[in-house]
Amino acid sequence: MTKMINLKINDIPVTVEEGATILDAAKKANFKVPTLCNHSDLCVAGNCRVCVVEQVGARNLQASCAVPAAEGMEILTSSAKVRRARKNIIELLLSEHRTDCTKCYKNGKCELQDLATEYAVGDNIYIDLVPFNDYSVDLSSPSIMKDDSKCIRCQRCVRTCAEMQQVAAIAVANKGSEQKISTFFDKPMANVVCTNCGQCIIRCPTGALVERNSIDEVFDAIYDPDKHVVVQTAPAVRIALGEDLDFEPGERVTGKLVTSLKLLGFDSVLDTDFTADLTIMEEGTELLTRLKKALVDGDKDVALPMTTSCSPGWIKFIEHKFPQLLSNVSTCKSPQQMFGALAKTYYAQKRNIDPSKIVSVSIMPCTAKKYEANRPEMRDSGYKDVDYVLTTRELARMIKQAGIDFKSLEDNNYDSIMGVSTGAAVIFGATGGVMEAAIRTAYEIVTGKEVPFKNLNITPVRGMEGVKEASVKIEGCVEDWKFLEGVELKVAIAHGLVNANNVLQAVKNGKADYHFIEIMACPGGCLGGGGQPIPTSLEIRNKRTAAIYEEDMNMPFRKSHENPEIKLIYEDFLGEPLGHKSHELLHTHYTEREAY
Amino acid sequence: MSEKIKKVDNIFSKDCNCKDILAKTLKKDKDSFIQELIDSGLKGRGGAGFPTGLKWKFAKMAEGDEKFVICNADEGEPGTFKDRVILQEVPQKVLGGMALCGHIIGAKKGFIYLRGEYAWMKQDLQKAIDEMHDAFKTMKLDFFIDIRMGSGAYVCGEETALIESMEGKRGEPRNKPPFPASIGFRGKPTVVNNVETLVYTLMIAHIGAPEFKSLGTADSAGSKVFSISGDTPIPGVYELELGMKLSDFVEEFGDGDTKAVQVGGASGFCVPRRKFNDTVIGFEGIPTGGSMMLFNSHRSMYNVLHNYLDFFVEESCGQCTPCRVGCQQLLKGIEAVKSKERDSSYLNELIKLSETMHTASKCGLGQSVANSFNSIVEEFTEEIMY
Repeated sequence: MTKMINLKINDIPVTVEEGATILDAAKKANFKVPTLCNHSDLCVAGNCRVCVVEQVGARNLQASCAVPAAEGMEILTSSAKVRRARKNIIELLLSEHRTDCTKCYKNGKCELQDLATEYAVGDNIYIDLVPFNDYSVDLSSPSIMKDDSKCIRCQRCVRTCAEMQQVAAIAVANKGSEQKISTFFDKPMANVVCTNCGQCIIRCPTGALVERNSIDEVFDAIYDPDKHVVVQTAPAVRIALGEDLDFEPGERVTGKLVTSLKLLGFDSVLDTDFTADLTIMEEGTELLTRLKKALVDGDKDVALPMTTSCSPGWIKFIEHKFPQLLSNVSTCKSPQQMFGALAKTYYAQKRNIDPSKIVSVSIMPCTAKKYEANRPEMRDSGYKDVDYVLTTRELARMIKQAGIDFKSLEDNNYDSIMGVSTGAAVIFGATGGVMEAAIRTAYEIVTGKEVPFKNLNITPVRGMEGVKEASVKIEGCVEDWKFLEGVELKVAIAHGLVNANNVLQAVKNGKADYHFIEIMACPGGCLGGGGQPIPTSLEIRNKRTAAIYEEDMNMPFRKSHENPEIKLIYEDFLGEPLGHKSHELLHTHYTEREAY
Repeated sequence: MSEKIKKVDNIFSKDCNCKDILAKTLKKDKDSFIQELIDSGLKGRGGAGFPTGLKWKFAKMAEGDEKFVICNADEGEPGTFKDRVILQEVPQKVLGGMALCGHIIGAKKGFIYLRGEYAWMKQDLQKAIDEMHDAFKTMKLDFFIDIRMGSGAYVCGEETALIESMEGKRGEPRNKPPFPASIGFRGKPTVVNNVETLVYTLMIAHIGAPEFKSLGTADSAGSKVFSISGDTPIPGVYELELGMKLSDFVEEFGDGDTKAVQVGGASGFCVPRRKFNDTVIGFEGIPTGGSMMLFNSHRSMYNVLHNYLDFFVEESCGQCTPCRVGCQQLLKGIEAVKSKERDSSYLNELIKLSETMHTASKCGLGQSVANSFNSIVEEFTEEIMY
């Protein structure tokens, strides 16, 4: 049984479990203690000191986020001593922070600004330190903008990058007044191991780390009468966009999303889910082909396990950290890039539009997608396949700018072609979703039967465990796939790059006998992506996950190969999975990169 | 030397064989030796003054499959240089103290965390260690000592920052609790003691608690090694009885024109002439890790404070807000007052700020900036303003 600790917060008795912090106890007693460096996803830092409280009898104030509650403690969360220290600390933070708030991208969404408002720190006591420092804004990355003059050194980004992602592209450099969050040898963000996942952005309390936004460019394209602007929306956008537009986490807003995009003036509102289904066809076939080569042809060179390739943060991670395993990665482009390549070929043909006039925009829960769209190899249509990538947050901002009352919008359906999708596609947004979608289809191709799970819900691959393992025994194969009879298909799913790293390490050391691995760079999968509404927490990610699976259950088709538009594109344009045209447009290659 | 100041010859005395002392003490009951240490009233000589016997007791009681002893030789406090002399003159005593601590708490491995600037003594120290290792073998004592080099950061003298640094990380203080005695180096129970403290533990084993306590006062038992510098005709390292009056000290070491003494280095207190008579050097008065800097009337106390603040601005590890930004504000603040960009009343704001730094900083570095700042600003306000 857990030991219970009794203490008093502002004279109110409260009991907490051993190990709980003073901050936890204060919450339990219904007192709010402000925090900045603290984040539920990260280890305790205790460095901003905003959360200091007074422990009666102790010489110094205590950082409530870092100090465990102890028996008999008497804590004051708002004594004269606490108030003055807290106000001083907020003033100190403001003195080293470029306070051009009204011009800041995070204006109104800044935790430091909130604290300044709450404590009415308008006194401006201290000397502005910003002019004494040689700050520069790093615009080198197509995904992330880093502005050191806004940084308050809370190190949430550093902890995120190291603990959750095991990338450590950004770390603390120097000491004292020179201390800053920097990269290897202070190189530009574009030239280091940064995977562009944006997990730092969604945990940065200020405007020091924000996405590179393309809002103006997209509006310009929409307003250009010569351009035909198509937009695709990723699976995880529809279950999170509402959070930036007065909905609660976990509320699905798919129909309103479509309507708002039409109101914004996009010429065609299409769905990345369509190419998610296409990915299943291509990637599933690729997996079965690799298995056949290995099991039937005895080809020793075939790279197994095969890993997914939809997460551009994950792709850049493996390019930097495990380049020797690049042949294990599926050659399939991500759904975004498949869509981009098809928008300016297949879609252009079908709709009889000059592809040079098409502007292809995507709405993504992701900042790494911005980098992906800018990869030089992503021009197989003869043009830049995806012109602009907007995050969920940027879209919410556009909707607000356009004066659209999102809450009152009617629902609408996606346009066609390339707008029809299945439940298998929407679950791409959750960790385990690609795996589940792949198994739903591959199992049926191989055995002619549906997967033996109730309502097609393959629950062992779902959930928030960092690394999930599952296996499916393949029985009753149809003639073409007899070689798989009795094979136990072993799969693994990792989300968050720290987990990806662990799985990859096992593969590298020959200690993993999986056939197929799904990897997503972000915790929870795309629904926890770096382009999603802020804040994030496990609780919020769980609510988004539930919404994704609801969305799946409500779709008329639940298996990618049943998507009528998928059947159509193979008949009319692509021929067959892994066919000539597919190779040309839907598959790609990877690049070994430096480890720092 | 006047009679009011008692010079002691304990730390540097060569008329004892520390191997014999160690061998003899190894045979004694561990708990009774810890009790002896507690009875002796020995407090940490690095500056913070935590009772050494208690620290050992906690580490002995702590559960761990492995424990460590770390000798803190990261002597970085401005004006302190006594550990350097101890390590040069009587390294065996330091190593003996480490071994004794290892034996008592159950550690088989000790480290000397040597200040980066002391790299030149590493060879001699290693020679002394090798010699001691042979002695350990003879005594059948399973203890091994290694040197780890610091890299020049002042904050690494703080024990948890020191441990972080030894683990190969940035030298940044940890959140406390837990303290190193329960979770220290590599997460194992660890005693971190100053060079001088370790020597005194061995000397207490040699002479016993009563004799140790016969010197000093109730709160400040025994003697202490001082690093005396500044405007003095006789700078150097001296072992003196604790509890002396500052006026007596100045009489002995001053140049006849002493206007202030900085007790305890940059993180210590500045005592002006008018308070010399009422100031006791020790834990009941003003404690010091050993640094005593004398300033005569030719010195500008603004320059002295500016120098300290410059030092802290650079040497703050930078992780916590009050220390990182506070130090910069104090420095820029006195500059602004001096140049008349700010009114003299701004000094009051700065004193309030230093109090916030004192109560809210994460470690002793930020907490103690207020000591020198407040004492200099309050006692020498005119020198700061004009």
